[in-house]
Amino acid sequence: MAVMKTRIAEVLERNEAEILSDWMKEQATALTQRPDLMKESELRQQSTKFLKLFREAIAGNNLDIQQPIWGPVREFIGEVSRSRAIQGFSPSETATFVLSLKQPLFTRLRKIHEGQPDYLFEDLWNVTVLLDKLGLYSVEVFQKTREDVIGRQQKEMFELSTPVVELWQGILGLPIIGTLDSKRSQQVMETLLNRLAETQSEVAVIDITGVPVMDTSTAQHLLKTVTATRLMGADCIISGIRPQIAQTIVHLGVNLGDVTTKASMAGALAVAFKRMGLAVGPARRQSGETA
Amino acid sequence: MGEFLLVTIQVDMHDRLATVLSDDLANRISATRARGVLIDISALDVVDSFIARMFGDIAQIARVMDAETVLVGMQPSVAITLVEMGVAMTGVRTALNVEKGMTLLRARREEERADDDAPAE
Repeated sequence: MAVMKTRIAEVLERNEAEILSDWMKEQATALTQRPDLMKESELRQQSTKFLKLFREAIAGNNLDIQQPIWGPVREFIGEVSRSRAIQGFSPSETATFVLSLKQPLFTRLRKIHEGQPDYLFEDLWNVTVLLDKLGLYSVEVFQKTREDVIGRQQKEMFELSTPVVELWQGILGLPIIGTLDSKRSQQVMETLLNRLAETQSEVAVIDITGVPVMDTSTAQHLLKTVTATRLMGADCIISGIRPQIAQTIVHLGVNLGDVTTKASMAGALAVAFKRMGLAVGPARRQSGETA
Repeated sequence: MGEFLLVTIQVDMHDRLATVLSDDLANRISATRARGVLIDISALDVVDSFIARMFGDIAQIARVMDAETVLVGMQPSVAITLVEMGVAMTGVRTALNVEKGMTLLRARREEERADDDAPAE
């Protein structure tokens, strides 16, 4: 075994330039090189570095890429995959970076082991196993990077998801769109109460027209928000309860109690106006004007 | 302030202070024949369950003595904490600030006077 491994390393070392140029050609024809996303010189640089690290690691005579000797290779592949994920490569394009090394390497090995099928088979098998593992690893890192991106976007959306708007002087509106989980409900409560304190508004309207489903915990959170606004001395109206949600609330046995609920934002606004002693009426026409 | 008492709490409430406040207030209500009490807690950052209950008690004591209590200016963080603790303080009226609390008390008095003036049937 030991002889064999160092043999691959030797092959790599002796034919480094040729393998590299073949590999570059392979990558160019594999349709995975994206000249729009990455310059050839950069790809060459990455390929050279990978070959060097791969050679150093394989000389260590260990097929398990989780071993510390493979650390530098893993790190480098991780770096490449991460940058590609961010640059917008597809997973297969990213994996092909490693996998496309097979052909040039196999060609060399075949030349060297001519007439020795046993050696050839053994070497090919080992290289395949290794490169496959590394390819899978690169996809894994790629996936993880994309997930991180998604997570960050979710966080950003989350921060944008609770706008509190002033509907009228002293009346705040909070349209909620999307699912209300406990974390978001908490945020809804905090932003609403802070804005109430800031603007000294007397009435808050929470509009849940855009909330697709409601469960007991969501309802509980809404109730808590209403209670908290009352504690602060303001009033809270819930509007836009859709038929399905109304049914769910009743079936779940949630007691909305003395919370004022209205079918539409307009209805809630009318109630708010009334509580504040305001009235909306048609504008009086100028006396000289004719219709 | 007219027929209303205004209590502004500037220091951190601790249990002893709350009891003293309750005693004091009861005496003052009886001495001044106040019809309403405004408790301004806008400077309070921390309210624990005991203090919350104390406010509820004060409101009830005042009510027994024919005075309405309004708790004004509760901070958002305090409101959230109380709700999370399950303290709804249903017996206490609240308002956003002293001015609005005063308006509330005045409105209540107006109502009472209107009731008094209404001819008995």
